[in-house]
Amino acid sequence: MAVEILYFAWVREAIGRDSETVEPPDDVNTVETLLDWLAGRGSGYMEAFADRSRLRVAIDQQFSGLDASIAGAGEIALFPPVTGG
Amino acid sequence: MTPEIRVQAEPFDPMTEAGRLEVSGIGAVATFTGIVRGEEGLESLELEHYDAMTRSALERIAADAAGRWALMALSIVHRVGRMVPGDRIVFVGAAAQHRSEAIDAMHFVIDWLKTDAPFWKRETFADGRSVWVEARETDAAQRARWLNI
Repeated sequence: MAVEILYFAWVREAIGRDSETVEPPDDVNTVETLLDWLAGRGSGYMEAFADRSRLRVAIDQQFSGLDASIAGAGEIALFPPVTGG
Repeated sequence: MTPEIRVQAEPFDPMTEAGRLEVSGIGAVATFTGIVRGEEGLESLELEHYDAMTRSALERIAADAAGRWALMALSIVHRVGRMVPGDRIVFVGAAAQHRSEAIDAMHFVIDWLKTDAPFWKRETFADGRSVWVEARETDAAQRARWLNI
């Protein structure tokens, strides 16, 4: 099923785009497996996802863990730890 | 109590924001204004955010605060885009009948905003360096203090 992926801050810069629509295969069903699958798209993805302790995720605009299921998700955002305020 | 929540590129005036909190029946207003520091030759700061999520994240923090303290008004104003040292970046204000509620709620909201709202800062320095600000462990620790209260 098609899902919109959004990238922010240095994740966006490493990948070179701020969003894309992808159709992961059925066995890509968690954020972790999505990262593995996306990493195959190029060196920018591999660079952005190299240290997963520095990655955060929101699924349908809710902060989630990297082990979260992506079943039924419409929008998945990948970004560094937040630094507002 | 409906919190006032704004995410905007335009500057804001903290005195105007604080005045809006002086609703009928209150006894205390506590406010926090965050200002861009000019340390280490900082020239400018670019604030990026996740537009579709920012508002709901701030609304959740405001609702958590309203659930913990008897607030009569609450405001969160956060700027995005380019700022320079001395610019105001964030305002949090809470109004209640008594000071401890207003002060604690204001403190809670700014602590949680640091860790639970999708903003990212990029700093550009006079020597041309430009770096994304790293999250600080002390921010997570300050957020965690409120979990046991």
